[in-house]
Amino acid sequence: MNALTATIAGIGFWTDGLPDWDAARAFARDGTRPDNAPARPSPQLLAPNERRRAPGSVAVALEVAMAACRDAGIAPETLPSVFASTHGDLGITDYMCDTLSTDPTAISPTKFHNSVHNAAAGYWTIGAHCTEATTALSAYDATFAQGLLEAMMQLATGTPAVLLVAYDTASAGLLGTVTHSEGLLGAALVLVRDGDGPRISASLRDGADLESPGPLGTHAERNAMAQMLPLFDALATGGSRAVLRAGPHRSLSLEIADAQSQAEPAHG
Amino acid sequence: MPALAIRAFTATTALGRGNAAQAAALRERRGGLRRNDFGPTPLPTWIGRVDGVEDAPLPSALSRWECRNNRLAWLALQQDGVLTALDTMVAKYGADRVALVVGTSTSSIGASEEAYARADADADGVRDFPDDLARPIVHTPHSLGDFLQHATGLRGPCITVATACSSSAKVFAQASRMIGAGLVDAALVGGVDTLCGSVLFGFNALGLVSTERCRPFDATRDGLSLGEAGGFAVLERAAAGDAGLQLRGYGESSDAHHMSAPHPEGLGATLAMRDALDRAGIESADVGYLNLHGTSTPANDSVEARAVDALFPAMLHASSTKGWTGHTLGAAGIVESVFALLALENGLLPGILDSTVRDPACGPQIRFDNAQADIRFAMNNSFGFGGNNCSLVFGKVAA
Repeated sequence: MNALTATIAGIGFWTDGLPDWDAARAFARDGTRPDNAPARPSPQLLAPNERRRAPGSVAVALEVAMAACRDAGIAPETLPSVFASTHGDLGITDYMCDTLSTDPTAISPTKFHNSVHNAAAGYWTIGAHCTEATTALSAYDATFAQGLLEAMMQLATGTPAVLLVAYDTASAGLLGTVTHSEGLLGAALVLVRDGDGPRISASLRDGADLESPGPLGTHAERNAMAQMLPLFDALATGGSRAVLRAGPHRSLSLEIADAQSQAEPAHG
Repeated sequence: MPALAIRAFTATTALGRGNAAQAAALRERRGGLRRNDFGPTPLPTWIGRVDGVEDAPLPSALSRWECRNNRLAWLALQQDGVLTALDTMVAKYGADRVALVVGTSTSSIGASEEAYARADADADGVRDFPDDLARPIVHTPHSLGDFLQHATGLRGPCITVATACSSSAKVFAQASRMIGAGLVDAALVGGVDTLCGSVLFGFNALGLVSTERCRPFDATRDGLSLGEAGGFAVLERAAAGDAGLQLRGYGESSDAHHMSAPHPEGLGATLAMRDALDRAGIESADVGYLNLHGTSTPANDSVEARAVDALFPAMLHASSTKGWTGHTLGAAGIVESVFALLALENGLLPGILDSTVRDPACGPQIRFDNAQADIRFAMNNSFGFGGNNCSLVFGKVAA
């Protein structure tokens, strides 16, 4: 396999209690928690009324996507994007199933179009006026690794820069008794072929042995996208490697170079 | 992009199981739509339902993934030598080097809907999932990919793409990148979507469902007919001197306009079609058949017709085949790619079923009647909610 590599030009992050990447990094290093963390992301990309009405999945995805583009200093409308989510918006899925079981003709048209897995990707391209390609994918507990692979594949086949966004929401209702996920968690990376920032190289391996979770992994362990946190813990603490679940009996091994200097607080 | 050889392909729709059933129905202009008989309270509309799914349980070793969508995936997988072609790829490269990329819009949410409908409250009033449906893997979008991974034993990257109605067109692009980047040597691509309450009542809520059979590009069209389908293709890097059917180009774009309405000037559609032609290294005049997205909603068809008219010469034969199968949503990309591949293989260029009155918005490219022609390139358009567009170019290399 050819070496798959990418440089991380920008990072966005949001989870309950840690509303941006600086807060997440500080927490990962010394356990500091910010005062007055907002209860919900407030993505400035959306008009104020849309911002209030946006489903949690859309709000967190757009918030971290915007933050990563800002961090990278790259205009959002120039970037193709990959949106990775294990379950999509679990609250909307619960709404759809519940309404169908009681009064199917009462389905809200807005809730229906927000129920598609690519709703966040759609709102992103509309809000950012971006006509570049976007995709939305899932791979159960390997969703982040497979999304990262797709983003790196785009770089390997000629795209200079790509936006990767990963998120999951809290489960709700009856569905929540079988599908467990808590809180909101999202992160985004602007990946470039050439440029400054931590350099990652990825390879698929046999085996699914993961290391014990770091501080961010522990903080958000009940969210379905906690599967991505080994990478973010490594980025936050200057680690040089991370292993992600990539499917049954498979893992994605990531080597991270120059992460130490990028993890300094002065970054950004 | 380097051409990708198509070693096998197949579709299972309301027209029947496998390519022979599709080709015969297209040739005979025999549609598969029926009055809606799906679910306990059927809407007054027409659907493209696959016969016999209810009577085709999964093999017991795969019962963990039991649901309508995975049943249809399993039925479709058995047709047209797909499994034999996969065996060849695995023998040649190893299971680790074959990717699995499939598209869907609703995956197995029908199973979740059923669980809600059958949930009983216990003595304390707490509702529980029925025991037989308390399987987390059938209540998540990757149910389809995970099922197929276990059913085929493939060990390469395994992904479920869910970009609504462009899903199973985009899987070709994604597999092409994986093979191009050297991550894998071959891929199983495809898509499956099944009828369920979410799409029937959801599209109804948007006012997009017709009470009659859909009539794409007809002046009196008033909405879509929903369908279900599954299909697959086996892709491998083409060798020098390879003859046969190939994926030659793909184009992906976003409308950046609206969640459920197309860009009024067809901006994203045009970008996707141009990008696919450029990547294939051909001119628009080289395309012999274009399978349109053509959902039969008033807005979609006129916007798409205008974009096609601006890009293609009058001689192009373009049609929507949704009158035969219904709009199969996340499976539309693979089903209509199969129709494009059949056109390359046997020269049958389908027209449009049930449409009789031309919409003045249609250019000369929109053809209601079938035609027969030996063509070298065919294109398929798939556009989805969120303004998500994908166009594919397939080609034929003579032996």
